[in-house]
Amino acid sequence: MNPEKKKMKITRIENGTAIDHIAPGSALKVLELLDLKDEKKNSITIAIRVDSNEMGKKDLLKIEDKFLTPTESAMIALISPDATINIIKSFEVTEKHPVELPEELTGIFDCSNPNCITNQEREPVESKFKVTDKDPLTVRCLYCDNLMEEEQITHQLIRSK
Amino acid sequence: MPNPFAGESFISIGDKTRDQLESIMDRAELMEKYRNKGTDAARGLLMGTLFFEPSTRTRLSFQAAMKRLGGDVIGFPSTEGTSVQKGETLADTVRTVSQYVNIIVMRHPSEGSAKLAASLLDIPVINGGDGSANHPTQTLLDLYTIRKELGRIDGHTIALAGDLRYSRTTRSLSRALCHYDVKLILNSPEQLRMKKDLLYELEERGLNPVVASDLEKSLDEADLVYATRIQKERFPNLAEYEKVAHAYEIDRDLLEKTGNPHLMHPLPRVTEINPDVDDLENSVFFEQAGNGVPVRMALISDLLDLEVG
Ligand SMILES: [Zn+2]
Repeated sequence: MNPEKKKMKITRIENGTAIDHIAPGSALKVLELLDLKDEKKNSITIAIRVDSNEMGKKDLLKIEDKFLTPTESAMIALISPDATINIIKSFEVTEKHPVELPEELTGIFDCSNPNCITNQEREPVESKFKVTDKDPLTVRCLYCDNLMEEEQITHQLIRSK
Repeated sequence: MPNPFAGESFISIGDKTRDQLESIMDRAELMEKYRNKGTDAARGLLMGTLFFEPSTRTRLSFQAAMKRLGGDVIGFPSTEGTSVQKGETLADTVRTVSQYVNIIVMRHPSEGSAKLAASLLDIPVINGGDGSANHPTQTLLDLYTIRKELGRIDGHTIALAGDLRYSRTTRSLSRALCHYDVKLILNSPEQLRMKKDLLYELEERGLNPVVASDLEKSLDEADLVYATRIQKERFPNLAEYEKVAHAYEIDRDLLEKTGNPHLMHPLPRVTEINPDVDDLENSVFFEQAGNGVPVRMALISDLLDLEVG
């Protein structure tokens, strides 16, 4: 089968977002984090571990009528730093860019230190982290200095959702 | 010279430069003149001491410092009977009290609490201890005591002995010592070794600590020993604790045998320091606690930008 034909297996969408080059096996995690309340409109196509020229294998998500918030984009960058976002309007890709990990992450996931002030109920404060390393991913809580690595971050992302 | 601390909060020691630490200590030296007779530099000014978690020594030392500067203090020593017990948030408590006072000192069981308070207020906040994270004025007074006892910090051998794993004091002091040219000995029982990530951080920052177990040998090499409390609850059973606690007891015999190094301890002590050393000239743990007053006077005057003397 030629690569063109392989691509055809994935449904095209009219308007929405295609998240490409997701780390193989991570598409379901990404999906879990996105706000997809509109059951009527948000039809979703998932491809898991499909062949990729650049990555060997990759996951891919296409979501009809969904445009990512900056927070969602940051969350995807945390789970899959090489993912690319394609914005599709009238069947055409109108915008394409890699996900970008901001230097500071505010209110995206909870600190893993239960004694951190950001985890105390009713205090008017959001979690805030500084990205101290991208590879391996490490963040530092700007309140309690707690260091968190990739596995903990993913765990907290899904818990905080 | 403009005062870089005017109007600022003092939350942690880790973000301070050597020059900043030295300038507070220089000012503390000037405060020695007033620590017993007082000054009126802070007349009319009020400090709020908010102790969401009790700590008698820290609170009294801050109160003494503010009063010696000529100011006054209001606050609570614990949350008992306060609006906190009725469920008021930290944020609401500090915003209310900040309406009454010029500066706040707070101690709170949650890490990051002082930073949150500082971010909400437009008056200075001093962190008097936030959970297991920071207690920067303790570290300042420890550095000041080392400097005062040894004349200067650079060029000396300093041994930290006891619990180096859980003790906030030695963690923070070892980080601050990275600004200095010192030989650092880390002497602890196997179970209470300094955590790897901190050890790595110290090495990265140019301090090459020596990890040791032989207490007599460490004392012999050190100009100054900083002992910490070894806590029962860190051990699986009482027998194990007693064995270690006994091995880490510093007494007069041991000090005299090892050339009388200066001896510090953040207090309260349990069995780490035998009372038979108390009258030795180099036993400075009570003076160390006392040094909290000029150091805190210096810090308060920096943050409130007071003219003293
Ligand atoms: Zn935290």
